[in-house]
Amino acid sequence: MTTPFLTGLRSSTCLRQRILLSLVSSLICTAATWAGPSTAPGVAAASRVVKLYGAGGVRGLEAYQTGVLVSPTGHVVTALSTVLDSEAIDCVLDDGRRYAARLLGADLRRELAVLAIDGEDLPHFPLSPTAPRAAPGTRILALSNLFGVAVGDERVSLQHGVIAACVPLRARRGPHEAAYRGDAYILDCTTNNPGSPGGCLIDWQGTFLGILGKELRAEPSGIWLSYALPADEVAKGYAAVLSGEPPAVAAETEEGRGFDLRLLGLALVPDLLDQTPPFVEAVQAGTPAATAGLQPDDLVVALGERTVTSQRALRRELARLIPGDPVRLSLIRRGEIVACDLGPLPQAPPPAATREEAP
Amino acid sequence: MRSIPHVVAAVRHRLRVVSLLQAGLLLVGSLSPVLADTGLEAVLAAEQARVNTIATASETAVAIFAGAAGGGSGVLISPTGYALTNFHVVQPAGVAMQCGLNDGRLYDAVLVGLDPTGDLALIKLLGRDDFPAARLADSDAVLVGDPCFVIGNPFLLATNLQPSVSSGIVSGVHRYQFPAGTILEYADCLQVDAAINPGNSGGGLFNAAGELIGINGRASFEKRGRINVGVGYAISANQVRNFLGVLKGGRLADHATLGATVATSADGRVVVADILESSDAWRRGLRIDDEVVALAGRPVRSVNAFKNMLGTLPAGWRVPLTFRRGGRPTEIIVELAGVHTTAMLNDLVAGGRGTQPELPDGKPAPPPNPLAPDPADLPEAIRPLYEPRVGYTNFHFNRIELEHVLARLADRAAGVSREPWRYRGSLAGGGPFEIELADQSAQISLPTGVSRWEPAAAAAGLAAEAGFDASPPGSGGMLAALTIWRQLLLNGALETGRTSYWGQQPQASGSAAAGQLADVLTWTTAGSQARFLVDETGAIVEIIFSLSPTADPCQVRFSLPSERHPCWRPDRIIVDSDGRRFATLAVEEPAE
Repeated sequence: MTTPFLTGLRSSTCLRQRILLSLVSSLICTAATWAGPSTAPGVAAASRVVKLYGAGGVRGLEAYQTGVLVSPTGHVVTALSTVLDSEAIDCVLDDGRRYAARLLGADLRRELAVLAIDGEDLPHFPLSPTAPRAAPGTRILALSNLFGVAVGDERVSLQHGVIAACVPLRARRGPHEAAYRGDAYILDCTTNNPGSPGGCLIDWQGTFLGILGKELRAEPSGIWLSYALPADEVAKGYAAVLSGEPPAVAAETEEGRGFDLRLLGLALVPDLLDQTPPFVEAVQAGTPAATAGLQPDDLVVALGERTVTSQRALRRELARLIPGDPVRLSLIRRGEIVACDLGPLPQAPPPAATREEAP
Repeated sequence: MRSIPHVVAAVRHRLRVVSLLQAGLLLVGSLSPVLADTGLEAVLAAEQARVNTIATASETAVAIFAGAAGGGSGVLISPTGYALTNFHVVQPAGVAMQCGLNDGRLYDAVLVGLDPTGDLALIKLLGRDDFPAARLADSDAVLVGDPCFVIGNPFLLATNLQPSVSSGIVSGVHRYQFPAGTILEYADCLQVDAAINPGNSGGGLFNAAGELIGINGRASFEKRGRINVGVGYAISANQVRNFLGVLKGGRLADHATLGATVATSADGRVVVADILESSDAWRRGLRIDDEVVALAGRPVRSVNAFKNMLGTLPAGWRVPLTFRRGGRPTEIIVELAGVHTTAMLNDLVAGGRGTQPELPDGKPAPPPNPLAPDPADLPEAIRPLYEPRVGYTNFHFNRIELEHVLARLADRAAGVSREPWRYRGSLAGGGPFEIELADQSAQISLPTGVSRWEPAAAAAGLAAEAGFDASPPGSGGMLAALTIWRQLLLNGALETGRTSYWGQQPQASGSAAAGQLADVLTWTTAGSQARFLVDETGAIVEIIFSLSPTADPCQVRFSLPSERHPCWRPDRIIVDSDGRRFATLAVEEPAE
């Protein structure tokens, strides 16, 4: 139990009480672990968890992950990752049935993707944007396709643990900061492994609590995190994708990346690689980018006289400019070089209030 | 995926500091007022039961130390000191090792048997005949979600000989883990989220009742280094049970192959993709594109399920296989071949060492193989318990097991008649039969005719085994099988050829004790060979006689009406050969 370490404690009597309580809850927890049968919901939930196979297979990038069925007709939520960066995504159900999955869309802020398979009457977890949050200390079960050890009709792996905290996620993988900065369940067990992203988190009553995130390290400490996106956030992301909301949300991923492209009304494709090419994902109406005629799928190749080969390079070059400097981009559009003048760089708005954080 | 090696000295100190901090925290305050308020006596009782279970199981945990070679864990399974561990733990440790128990004592231990492919090893602790021992459970009864615990020597922390315990749940069953390198295949294994770390290798995985359900040996590691990430694997207790006889016999175990590969067809069936014409399965009629439905009593619904089943079986077992062709199912009994040759196994065990010739220019010889030491280099306590021989881990233990089984046979055969044995009765298909077995002759009268065997004039007794024939025709050598059966029961040994202990294999389907493991003695000569299956009562329940290595064997099964019935007077004899029933003989005379 990590609870006593996370709680802000002030007086020594308070400390003693808290430790006693946590000891008792730890006793209940371990005794229940021993009793065993309460893990039956984990077995029942397995039929609503799918194994996904897509792109990858090179070092450090697995070609498989996990998904959760959320509709009887075959909607699957999963973590947005490079696995989905494939024409063909295979989806294997608990009983071994294999489907071709289509990527319906993604919520870039929550790093959540929605896939569809052609099914009916499938077992699933209905989503609700008002799903209550589980309290720290809640015993959980995690189901995932970790390490790809289960194939065909073999059941995904079951792990157990406790929710240690529900706090805003501050995480990164190498140089890449996680886009999602909302609340996440932090778990006391190692659930986030290769193949786990998109896995299913439930409590011991079988209630759907969320989906497992990617393999990320905590930003301040560098410790590998086991975390999950809470069910209400999953539901909101799912609804956003289904409603076809334009990726205004995508722009939020710009936070903390050196230069905020929202200033120009520009959103690029997700920055997943060291050298992600600066392809335009979306352009916001009424902004310099829209006025200059930028279009989705344009590839930015130069800012002024300086060539840029990656999104990071583009941001670095833009960050050198001061408000009022001309922003001239060279693009490749359908094989031809196009020049676009976005006019003078606008003044950045004052930074939004940040969330209170403990020092 | 890699198997766990052993030493992580640097981590050790840090872990101790952490555990001290936690221990300090837990000492604060007293529990009783809170417990009284919330009525948690039941919780305390459950907790106490768990503490007791772990305390009992911890007594069976073995800490293996092999000096600079590292170490690992093991678990005792018999009061006489037999303990299981991993091949990859004893490979660097060698034939002699020192083992600690939580009674605080160090015991000398000797290597008994190895299964390199299955990553299993059997060792024997010396000095007591009342060791605490864990009970092997039925691992097929283990379910996903079952609580479990791991006891062992992670990071070689047990320098005070007190093992570490970690608890978790069963994350997956019937997992297949591809061989690491050329060996160490984990088939049909258990997956748990209880922490299995380097050093836990070879230790026990227990269920909530404290029974042994597996031997920990492997974990999925990746970018976080060689520490547990909630994914560990254990060799199932049922696989251990299949190999235990082979290991106790001091042999170098090999795993089974069908001589055929399978693949998933477009419509999802598991079909034979390729098959060796030299395999027993081919001889029994299995062909390419046949659908494999079941193997060794378990349904085969995927290629993994097939590999899982096959990977738990020792080479040499005879198991049922059901296949379907044109919608019609057929069951055959196939004898499984070995994955490796004896030479390959020896090389695997040597790890490439000791196989290179010494260089003539005076360069140092390759380092000695710890698994094939010069007996003179062994500690005094171990020396009399070690005997090297090709194809064996430690031949000394083969002698011991052979003596045990022969003694059991002799007990059961006490009072056996030295007169010729005569049997009279009826065949299942109708008609009478008569058999007479004497020292220098054997004869059977069947409705189809009379067959008689006598040793060639040039030789006497069984020395004339080269003169055995396959009579009566179509039986594969029933008279020869019955003759050596009588000889073994009369004399407690066979004069010719070499008799050794093979291990255990399941009794044939259709018999009263079908599937139960029986001890197997093998008898090999220049030409003929035989296997005798000896049950727990000391009765020979089955003989598999092969006139020559290429001939179809004659399988003779004896059924006895009770455990005390004279073992030379079966009430039924069933003879099979070439995949067909030759005869079922109901013995009416002599009656008990």
